[in-house]
Amino acid sequence: MKSSVIIFPGSNCDRDMAIALEKFGFKNSMIWHNDTKIPKTDLVVLPGGFSYGDYLRTGSIAAKSKIISEVINFANSGGLVLGVCNGFQLLTESGLLPGVLLRNKYLRFICSNVYLNIKNNSKYFFKKIKKKTIELHIAHNDGCYYIDKEHIKKLEDKNQIALEYCGQDGKVSEEFNPNGSLNNIAGIYNEKQNILGMMPHPERMIEPILSGEDGSLFFKDLLTKN
Amino acid sequence: MKITPEIVEKHGLSKSEYKKICKLLKRKPNLVELGIFSAMWNEHCSYKSSKIHLKKLPTKGKVVIQGPGENSGIVDAGDKDAIVFKIESHNHPSFIEPYQGAATGVGGILRDVFTMGARPIANLNSIHFGSPEHSKTKNLLDGVVKGIGGYGNCIGIPTIGGETHFDESYNGNILVNAMSIGLTKKDKIFYSKASGINKPVIYVGSKTGRDGIHGASMASAKFDDKTEEKKPTVQVGDPFTEKLLLEACQELMKDDSIIAIQDMGAAGLTSSSVEMVAKGKIGIELNLNKVPCRELNMTPYEMMLSESQERMLIILNSGKENKAKKIFDKWNLDFAVIGKTTNTKNLILKFDDKNVCEIPIDFLSDMAPLYNRKWKISSMPKKQQILKNKLNNHKILDSLKRLLAHPNICNKQWVWHQYDHTVMADTIQKPGSDAGVVRIHKTNKAIASSIDSSPEYCAAHPITGGKQIVCENWRNIISVGAQPLAITNCLNFGNPEKEKPMGEFVECVQGIIEACKYLEYPVVSGNVSFYNETNEKSIKPTPAIGGVGLIKNIEKMITMSLKKENSILLIIGKTYGHLEQSLFAREILGNKKGPPPEINLFNEKNNGNSILELIDKMFVLSCHDISVGGILINLAEMCIAGNLGANINMPKSLININEYFFGEDQSRYLIEIEEANFETVTKILNKNSVFFEQIGITQKEKLTLGKEFEISVNEMKKYNNRWFKRYI
Repeated sequence: MKSSVIIFPGSNCDRDMAIALEKFGFKNSMIWHNDTKIPKTDLVVLPGGFSYGDYLRTGSIAAKSKIISEVINFANSGGLVLGVCNGFQLLTESGLLPGVLLRNKYLRFICSNVYLNIKNNSKYFFKKIKKKTIELHIAHNDGCYYIDKEHIKKLEDKNQIALEYCGQDGKVSEEFNPNGSLNNIAGIYNEKQNILGMMPHPERMIEPILSGEDGSLFFKDLLTKN
Repeated sequence: MKITPEIVEKHGLSKSEYKKICKLLKRKPNLVELGIFSAMWNEHCSYKSSKIHLKKLPTKGKVVIQGPGENSGIVDAGDKDAIVFKIESHNHPSFIEPYQGAATGVGGILRDVFTMGARPIANLNSIHFGSPEHSKTKNLLDGVVKGIGGYGNCIGIPTIGGETHFDESYNGNILVNAMSIGLTKKDKIFYSKASGINKPVIYVGSKTGRDGIHGASMASAKFDDKTEEKKPTVQVGDPFTEKLLLEACQELMKDDSIIAIQDMGAAGLTSSSVEMVAKGKIGIELNLNKVPCRELNMTPYEMMLSESQERMLIILNSGKENKAKKIFDKWNLDFAVIGKTTNTKNLILKFDDKNVCEIPIDFLSDMAPLYNRKWKISSMPKKQQILKNKLNNHKILDSLKRLLAHPNICNKQWVWHQYDHTVMADTIQKPGSDAGVVRIHKTNKAIASSIDSSPEYCAAHPITGGKQIVCENWRNIISVGAQPLAITNCLNFGNPEKEKPMGEFVECVQGIIEACKYLEYPVVSGNVSFYNETNEKSIKPTPAIGGVGLIKNIEKMITMSLKKENSILLIIGKTYGHLEQSLFAREILGNKKGPPPEINLFNEKNNGNSILELIDKMFVLSCHDISVGGILINLAEMCIAGNLGANINMPKSLININEYFFGEDQSRYLIEIEEANFETVTKILNKNSVFFEQIGITQKEKLTLGKEFEISVNEMKKYNNRWFKRYI
């Protein structure tokens, strides 16, 4: 499979993401935000970082980049799009995913390992991962997911919630919510489930020596046929 | 404008220094020139009070590629890999405006590293605050931690370690020392020495504003009650621009376009231009109308003394301007040719077609004042009798609980969870360890690093303290299985014009020299911060040592967490029970007197090398150096980290139990080994003449000391974790 990682000014997880994709067998290319074409690809990744310094609102300036209209076309035609951390923020800013990511509840950056429930498998992401609860790493200042009552119900009804913060045993409760996200949401899909936005960084946990390798499950699964 | 004595004084120049300027120039300087002299001759840039002492530091060694005098020091990590690192203080700005002060401290040290061609791969910091009860401390702690995180997280460099320390001597003058480590190839190093005549001088990065004017002079001034009025002299950081600048410089560094490069740090355009041509023994001419300015009507004086952040000065090979401009355009950064190198050996500044400054370069560099200041010898404090019956008033379990919850010992997760410590996906040992460790990308090697300081020991006896802190740092590097390579030091002291602080400086440096020489642990870069005093009250002498070590095979990296039940715990090094200046003496006995623990450099080196031998032979399951708090606290830390307990013995010798378990004798480690390897390990230690004793075995859940006490690991965790939760 082919992947394309988009680099915005201020992206800082682009390299880590490319390395992870290549490690598990993707043929990856790096795309500059000012480009107007995405080469033929199966997966577009919006990496983590601080695009445009998080000025104005996280992801908001990057969402107006030249390349984004191409990303929107690609997604609308059914292509796979993954946004991690700042990439997730960008997906909500560009309207590809519903809701918004607010400043963390305790107003502090948080960098730590978290446990996550895979709430809904999609046809494209988390297809066949056997584990129900995985451990990944978060590092963000604005990860508090919020959406209004009407739309949260829609997300739930259409199985659009991908990941939720939980305890080691999979229990979902406020004590395991690192940033105040509504219903402990850590990642969501669009309705067609070909777009995934998530705050945790799978690319940072792909070897036991990097404090865990549940990220490997995520990438290997991406390459698995449904 | 007429230069009056008041104006001279405001520039931090003494009367005799001003006289010297007039004598050198054979005329009075104009205001621009006076500003430039004041920037180059102040303590921060000229090292006028410290230079004669710093010269004695050992700076050479097998692994040293570049010692002090450049933007950073560089050591050889094998396979053409070069480690570039330095530490710097940002104390005064951080006290005035904690967020921006700390953030720009990180930004500045990052530029010192990437200006040499390296990509930064790890940050560390040493931060010291006043007593937790002091009205300012909470706000300063919060702002500094947020500022360090705000900058490092945004630019995407992991913060892998550091120290957070509280002591009332920092009530009016906190310390913020930031260290950065970068990686490059031996044949891809860029220096700041200019060469060639008529070469274009390029300004890149952010525009110049009015922020930070005279920041370097502020760094060399004392604080008083009006300090907050200095807020406008604190620079404002923009990590986003720094990230762009980093990427643009890395792109430009792919070929040989650059002759010399230096960041505009303290004293901005002045120090960068002067230092580059001073090293090359040539001259420079700048047209200040070409300097990209953020604000209207900026004067030459303001442009030369602004400390706006995220700027670099580059001397290019002729003809490379267009290619370089394209790169900086791509990254949306300012790019301007602002002058050229000359053969005049002068600094010439033009503005509106007039010469506004003409100073021979050597007046600003070689001829800057140099002082051999008076200093006072510190005598060794008298040993005192800590009465045994007084010791026995304290139950050992109560002391353990209290010390585990002490702000200087407790779990600092609150701090380092605010720092991105895993970005770049090579962090293999996180903050909270003896040393942070990052893998050298795509290799099996790793760099270990730790920052340490011991203000209490240094205050009690500066020479011993200076020695001790180098040794403790060396021990921390060894504890993770790394071969120590070299150090950078940040020397934070009081007013050098007073004999006591100056004496503390001289003697701490003397201690550092002795230890570094003996351990073959050279100093490759560093920084001096004087005038850390408020209302005439000085901080405790605080040299911070940032050490770097190499792990050749990451499979052999060691952590401090206990690994399994029924393994044997050994103490390497002899326990005498030295309680004076220990955390136990200060906090439990309320006794702050007496000498610090002695350092025996032979034992230090021998014990450390023996630990490395055991680690290399794969006999060590876990290892922790025994530092503040003594055996019991450090063992508790190993239990907490590994979620395992230990069953330990009462001391065999006739030593008081409190002295044994809380004494802070030096050169000791705690190691965990397999029972099956006990004999082999013993043989190696005996062969090396290393003193060791078996203290107990590991077990499930509980830490047990004979009939004295038993405490669960979970309960210890509770005490260890509670301080920050309650404080913030």
